[in-house]
Amino acid sequence: MIKVEEKLFENRYRVDEGNSHVKLKDPAVCRDCETPACTWACPAACYTVAEQGGVSLSTDGCLECGTCRLVCNEHFNIDWAYPRGGYGVLYKFG
Amino acid sequence: MAERFDAIVVGAGPSGNTAAYLMAKAGMKVLQLERGEYPGSKNVQGAILYVDALEAVIPNCRKQAPLERAVIEQRIWLMDDRSHVGSHFRGATDPDEQPTRYTVIRANLDKWFSKKVQDAGALLICETTVVELLKEGDRVVGVRTDRANGDIRADVVVLADGVNSLVATQSGLRPPIQGKDVALAVKEMHFLPKATIEERFNVSGDNGVVIEMLGKITKGMVGTGFLYTNKESISVGVGCMVDDFRKMRVTPYQLLEEMKQHPSVKPLIAGSEVKEYSAHLIPEGGYNAIPLVHGDGWVICGDSGGFVNAVHREGSNLAMTTGRLAAETIVKLRDEGRPFTAANLKRYRKALEASFVMKDLKKYRDVPEILHGNRQFLTTYPELMSRAAHTLLKVDGVDKLTKEKQIKRDFVEKRSRFGLFGDAIKLMRALR
Repeated sequence: MIKVEEKLFENRYRVDEGNSHVKLKDPAVCRDCETPACTWACPAACYTVAEQGGVSLSTDGCLECGTCRLVCNEHFNIDWAYPRGGYGVLYKFG
Repeated sequence: MAERFDAIVVGAGPSGNTAAYLMAKAGMKVLQLERGEYPGSKNVQGAILYVDALEAVIPNCRKQAPLERAVIEQRIWLMDDRSHVGSHFRGATDPDEQPTRYTVIRANLDKWFSKKVQDAGALLICETTVVELLKEGDRVVGVRTDRANGDIRADVVVLADGVNSLVATQSGLRPPIQGKDVALAVKEMHFLPKATIEERFNVSGDNGVVIEMLGKITKGMVGTGFLYTNKESISVGVGCMVDDFRKMRVTPYQLLEEMKQHPSVKPLIAGSEVKEYSAHLIPEGGYNAIPLVHGDGWVICGDSGGFVNAVHREGSNLAMTTGRLAAETIVKLRDEGRPFTAANLKRYRKALEASFVMKDLKKYRDVPEILHGNRQFLTTYPELMSRAAHTLLKVDGVDKLTKEKQIKRDFVEKRSRFGLFGDAIKLMRALR
């Protein structure tokens, strides 16, 4: 299995510390979700199945594509916005 | 910010830059807002630039724009697991013909275009995210940004904020985009010496090759892979419908990794240094997914309005053309002293209908639906084609008539006579 971290390592980011632009609205909903598509469809693997159940989210490597928002189409449990101006991924080539 | 503008453009991609450039050039007081550190820093494309749409705005752009390679060869590959059947088109039809397609690196192109926009007199403010529109009743009167005291007013707002189209959605101007209408593409930038690229692809100077890949690399999902040569790098990526990733439990970077291991792809990128990994959505819902494109005090352009011809892999040219048609409509209304009401801005919709943008989208309006319900075009046929080529080309003492019969039997076995006939009709209907 390829590690996406190695890919993300090549990218440039300006992380907005403590200010995540994507949030899980209600973590309890994720614990009951049987098809957590965010955990396989996110191209930056920001979402992982948590050991204690549910989904854990880390947006540091987020590529701001918007896929997670679209695949969570049963529970609509993702609160998605762009990062504050100037923050987030900074593509060198794009 | 208490200052008032004639027009605000949200976004500094191809459609926003085109609109801002033309309005500023016509003497309008234009503010352009970009959430990235610099124009291009949030933008991702394959990328092939169809220069015609840019030439309509900046006539001598070929000489100035940061173009990578002129596309002199297009390959289309139907991929089986370990082989492909392909078609190539190489060359020009007449000796003086100028290329119409160039590979580009978007961060470079967007920065260059943005300089033009600013030289034309538009004010660009970066690192500023527009969060919603200011409205008075149904009328859009400006934007709210994420800056302190960040409300800015203008007579008209051009929404060119990209595929997620958050601003229009949050302001209730359009329904949210859906996974069935949008593809997710992931891409890597593979760097290699210029000479190595030219040797591997049999090109010289500033000429290049693009490869589009269909078939089993996308595991039955509706999508394509691509490989484009730049000057000193190769863009390699794959994109499939978001709903397909969701349903089929495929991980995008795993899909890309497997595509890179395909025996037809691997030698072309061997020894390269990867310097960036990106992901982006592409609106591929076509004509049926285009939202309302104008209203009181606003128009929508580019990816934000869903203007992509997925069948022909065209997007940035539709973005630039919609940006141009929006700007031309707005400038004309200003010249006539008419307000930017929904009724007056309807001219933009009419201009779109009269252009190749809507004509092409209309032509292929049924393609998304047909591919969606007929995965055999992406799995069974590439496999059959590959096997047919293999059977026919293998010299093993079996006579050719027997081989032809074998191929025919394979096709009938997989799809049945009735199925083959039906598929032919479906394909013809979708593409006519």
